[in-house]
Amino acid sequence: MIWTGILILFCLIGLFAYYRQLRYGLVVTHMGDYASWGIYISNFVFFVAISLVGSLVTAIFRLGNIHWSTPLTRIAEIIAVSAILFASFIIVVDMGRPERLVNLFIYGRIQSPIMWDVIVISTYLVISLLLLYLPLLPDLKILNDQKEKGRGWWSRIYVLFGGFWKSNARQERINQKAVLILSILIIPVAFCIHTVTSWLFATTYRPGWDSTNFGAYFVSGAFLVGAGAVVIAMYVFRKVYHLERYITETHFDKMGKVLVLLALIYLYFNVNEYLVPAFKMKKTEEVHLVTLFAGDFAPMFWFSLLAGLIIPAVIMLFKQGRKPLPMFILGIMVVVGAWFKRYLIVTPTLLHPFLPMEDSPERFKHYFPSWEEWAIAIGSLAGVLLIITFFVRIFPIIPIQETIAEQDATPEK
Amino acid sequence: MQKKDTSRRYFLLNGLLAGAGLAAGCSGKTAFTPDRAEEAVPSGEKVKLLSIDGEVIEVDKAFLKPVPDIPYPFSNREERVGIQGKKFVMVIDLSRCKNLKKCQSACNHMHHLHPGQNWLKIYAMQDAEHTAPYWQPATCMHCDEPPCVKVCPVDATFKRQDGIVLIDSDRCVGCRFCMAACPYSTRVFNWEEPALTEEVASREYSCETSVPQKKGTVGKCDFCPDMVRKGELPHCVTACPNGVFFFGDMNEDVVTNGAETFRFSDLIRDKAGYRLMEDLGTKPSVYYLPPVNRNFKFEEGLKTEEPKPTYKTVDRGNSEYLRCKKNHPRPFAEKIW
Ligand code: SF4
Ligand code: SF4
Repeated sequence: MIWTGILILFCLIGLFAYYRQLRYGLVVTHMGDYASWGIYISNFVFFVAISLVGSLVTAIFRLGNIHWSTPLTRIAEIIAVSAILFASFIIVVDMGRPERLVNLFIYGRIQSPIMWDVIVISTYLVISLLLLYLPLLPDLKILNDQKEKGRGWWSRIYVLFGGFWKSNARQERINQKAVLILSILIIPVAFCIHTVTSWLFATTYRPGWDSTNFGAYFVSGAFLVGAGAVVIAMYVFRKVYHLERYITETHFDKMGKVLVLLALIYLYFNVNEYLVPAFKMKKTEEVHLVTLFAGDFAPMFWFSLLAGLIIPAVIMLFKQGRKPLPMFILGIMVVVGAWFKRYLIVTPTLLHPFLPMEDSPERFKHYFPSWEEWAIAIGSLAGVLLIITFFVRIFPIIPIQETIAEQDATPEK
Repeated sequence: MQKKDTSRRYFLLNGLLAGAGLAAGCSGKTAFTPDRAEEAVPSGEKVKLLSIDGEVIEVDKAFLKPVPDIPYPFSNREERVGIQGKKFVMVIDLSRCKNLKKCQSACNHMHHLHPGQNWLKIYAMQDAEHTAPYWQPATCMHCDEPPCVKVCPVDATFKRQDGIVLIDSDRCVGCRFCMAACPYSTRVFNWEEPALTEEVASREYSCETSVPQKKGTVGKCDFCPDMVRKGELPHCVTACPNGVFFFGDMNEDVVTNGAETFRFSDLIRDKAGYRLMEDLGTKPSVYYLPPVNRNFKFEEGLKTEEPKPTYKTVDRGNSEYLRCKKNHPRPFAEKIW
């Protein structure tokens, strides 16, 4: 209850900040004509990144016949759905004229990467929702069957969503087939959402963005942060709902190994992204890279690289490091590091334009988010957590049916 | 808003006359009867006016009606097409610039820009450590391969037949993707409600006048197509006392700064004109003449320069630049700053 209260409070503060922004304009942010995108956009990239994990755990593992991950699918999927939902909200928040959103549909021009993003993100949202909902149907049946045991008005939600589900052979077959098709479909769409998001940057000329490595770099980073988020969620749900029987130490151990693999892949793309330009040190890149390596952004840069990537990967190499508690802490490090990494992708580049920053107000030459921006960013993070919290209160977070099939055990409730 | 096609042709053919007609209308302003002219009683006092057809006519003073806002006579569709048969270019002669910023103030004034906004910026440039510094005014380059247009999701930024890149502030959703895409950092954003007088704010918006600017949308140099329609030069061109800016039509192969007129191709060939960041492939419509045989010393421009520029330098003609490192003292930089 306290938890929910705090989340709601953060959301309300964020809403209030947004109200101020609507009223006075984007001037309440500290963005300027140079840093014309700020933490709204980095937050957007972060959300898109996290949402990718849904496809990793549900689709890639499923197709790869990896069974241990079954109890984790719903956690991954609800993270994906809520994150992608807030990714779309935050992009509207960033718009100077949100009331003209409809122009995207009236005048939309397909050659703009923004339109590609609109298309793939909405597709991904629909598929993710279905992948969340379809495996839920058999579980709703189980819950419906025992609704007399009283879960109050929630039973009505179960009836509303799953009343038609009879669990007969035909329905089961359709359902399984649908899930299979969606699992295959979601993989290219998932790669698209993050690749297209990286193209919002890579299609410009700016130093630090003008990179052919960007798509792979973004996608690999996204899998890492998403897996980190799943680990955090696993730990919390396990503790709060006493799911030790379903989310076992083996799960943490295996997720740890997955994280190491993902971290290594991400590291590989980081090397490509930073060291290859650093070898050449073209003048445009030089200014950018020097501020990252040794300038104003250096502390954040090294923090995100060391704490968010290298140190967790090293610790998780050891068996002791893959126990639940250390995994939880490392997961948090990965996610926090990833957030700052997105900030570093967006902001420093914009502050290194090709022409000098002159004849422009002094305040445009730096960027540090205003309280409104922080409030909205934190509010949106709280919003994601709020959706997840409500979801687990109402629906079983462990796929009962599938886990029974997997574990051959009786459901908890 | 319906706008008549006849008036369009009229403007094109009789640009200068239109200016005269407008001027006559304005001069009568002080004598306007304040309220509805229909109810006015003839005063017997007559004024002479120039009619739309160029005839001098006489009207009773009492019947004059104030026209607070003459609606811009072109439809959005016409504004998106551009002026037929034209291909506008600008040539900026760096050897004449001493950072007077008259161009900038004229532009800001005529477009009623929000304080602090500049569509036209004058940069203190130095290509490399030992090369000479110079002043470089920069407008929107009206690129022929405009990256800003490519990325705009709603066609709010568009390229016209006559080469001009314009913004439709009635359509812009304020995503600022174009600002990230423009390598020339020419675009500004209306972060808040632009500070405008009531009269300006109430004018009907047109992409060609770019007035009034709107909160939450982008703005930039528009090459003053409204002036061109009237047969006049952009504000920066007329405002510069040193004749730095030349404006003209590539199809006619002529550019002028008001006082001197050149054949565009000759000027570019004889003075080795170039464009900024050619390597990016944006194909700007703005050409530069190199800062050689200068009319002024670079230092003279520093008098108008306040606050002092953060020293940052650019390679002429391509995108590469050097930023003065604090720990890397330069003889030149030391002498002045
Ligand atoms: S200079 Fe910038 S704003 Fe102007 S046309 Fe080129 S890319 Fe677009
Ligand atoms: S800010 Fe406006 S003009 Fe620029 S890309 Fe977005 S919609 Fe187009």
